[in-house]
Amino acid sequence: MCTSKDICVIIGASHAGVNTAFNLRKEKWLGKIILIDADPELPYHRPPLSKTYLTANTSTTNLLKPVESYKKDNITLLLGKKVTRLDAVNRCLFLDNETKIYYTKLVLATGAKPIIPTIEGLKETASYFCLRTAADIVAIKESYNASKTKKVVIIGGGYIGLETAASLKKIGAEVVVLERESRILKRVATAVISDFFRDLHTQNGVQILENKEVSKVENTLENGVKVTKVHCTDASYFTAEVLILGVGVVPNKKLAKQAGLKLKNGISVANTGETSNLNIYAVGDCAYHYNLHYKTYVRLESVQNAVDQSKIIAANICGNPLMYNTIPWFWSDQYNVKLQIVGLAENYTDYIVREEQDKENVISVWYFNNDELLAVNAINHTKAYVIGTKFIKESKKIAKEKLADTSIPLSKDIAVVN
Amino acid sequence: MAKITFITSSNEKITVAATEGSVMELAVNNNVQGIDGDCGGVCSCATCHVFVAPEDVDKVGVASEIETDMLELADDANEYSRLCCQIPVTDAIDNVVFTVAK
Repeated sequence: MCTSKDICVIIGASHAGVNTAFNLRKEKWLGKIILIDADPELPYHRPPLSKTYLTANTSTTNLLKPVESYKKDNITLLLGKKVTRLDAVNRCLFLDNETKIYYTKLVLATGAKPIIPTIEGLKETASYFCLRTAADIVAIKESYNASKTKKVVIIGGGYIGLETAASLKKIGAEVVVLERESRILKRVATAVISDFFRDLHTQNGVQILENKEVSKVENTLENGVKVTKVHCTDASYFTAEVLILGVGVVPNKKLAKQAGLKLKNGISVANTGETSNLNIYAVGDCAYHYNLHYKTYVRLESVQNAVDQSKIIAANICGNPLMYNTIPWFWSDQYNVKLQIVGLAENYTDYIVREEQDKENVISVWYFNNDELLAVNAINHTKAYVIGTKFIKESKKIAKEKLADTSIPLSKDIAVVN
Repeated sequence: MAKITFITSSNEKITVAATEGSVMELAVNNNVQGIDGDCGGVCSCATCHVFVAPEDVDKVGVASEIETDMLELADDANEYSRLCCQIPVTDAIDNVVFTVAK
């Protein structure tokens, strides 16, 4: 299949790209592996950025792999290099408009980039921050440490925005979260979960404000301190010394577009990871793929998806046909609360909320499409997450009345007895 | 300083020493096959499953409730199973042997 003359180039060195590189070696890729990223840092874990990395006193990232591992597996790292052009016809790409690199197989692990909303005055406001890279977090920390009022405004109440709010609160910030929708986490969870996290943040002293659409930001002076005034459409305003945007991401499709690949909400891939060009694969946050279990097309922004897809595409590149077929899972840590999610809750018809008796803040939400369990959101309830995972994987039916009965401890006995 | 030995599924024996971090981080930093630590060490992925040598169980200690529940996702888990991201490297685990799950 592959020979030592082959070259696999991977663009993007985060969870998806790095794991693809190492999995290619496991699958006996004999040729060169070149891993490229515009980020100059040695590839690191992203989830801790909005959590422990933000509260830690160190700027040392949590590395995905030690530098020796890349050497050992003969993976060439080209960091701090931007791929400026992709020529799929001649199978080559250009780094910083200069260096030309040829490939046999190309993997696009280009990820996603933060959405910068169109808000009047935002472009002129030099001091706003996004939440994507280690450099973003370092910049937030520096700005926060230098601030006098410790006032932070976060635009966007999704997981990343809320985790950041919790972390900054922990180090003493006065945090306001402005959410445009009627409730935080609206895009990703039911009202039960939104209510729980709104209460959690409120109890911890973070102001969560919903139905707040930001219309304008401006730099101004308040008591002699340079602040940003954040105006909302309802005429309210908030001042911040640190303004953070957490309103979601869009997949990076620019290179895929240059290559003429089929695009949707991301780069369209088959279940092998192959794009519409048989020499180009896409993996991770940027890959718009089909989920076999839920029979739906999705693009997922998660570590699980990046890691699991990387195994599939590495195998397929090396001629070992494997199909991507997983149940997605996610997690979020805020304060001392652990949220674990398994499955995709889209198109649910009903749900059951379980609040465990005699246990504070141990809650699970079970989403169904009629008889079929679609997803479980588990708050401080790993058992619910684990049981849910097994039931979804095995397409096992649940006796809903047993699940809803909290006088019986949660166990596998919630299964329908045939 | 704790000296720790990993035995991988291909029977490779790797002995390394450390003073801090978790056993998972130690394994990843030393290329121990089979320890992935995909979630970065927050007990969310169950990709750092090890078996503690029976004679070392007292030194290593027992799993928390969350960890015990997560271990149920591993088909081959038994009474000696641990997710090693939850085991801090301390002097207490000097000379402990971990067998990496398949």
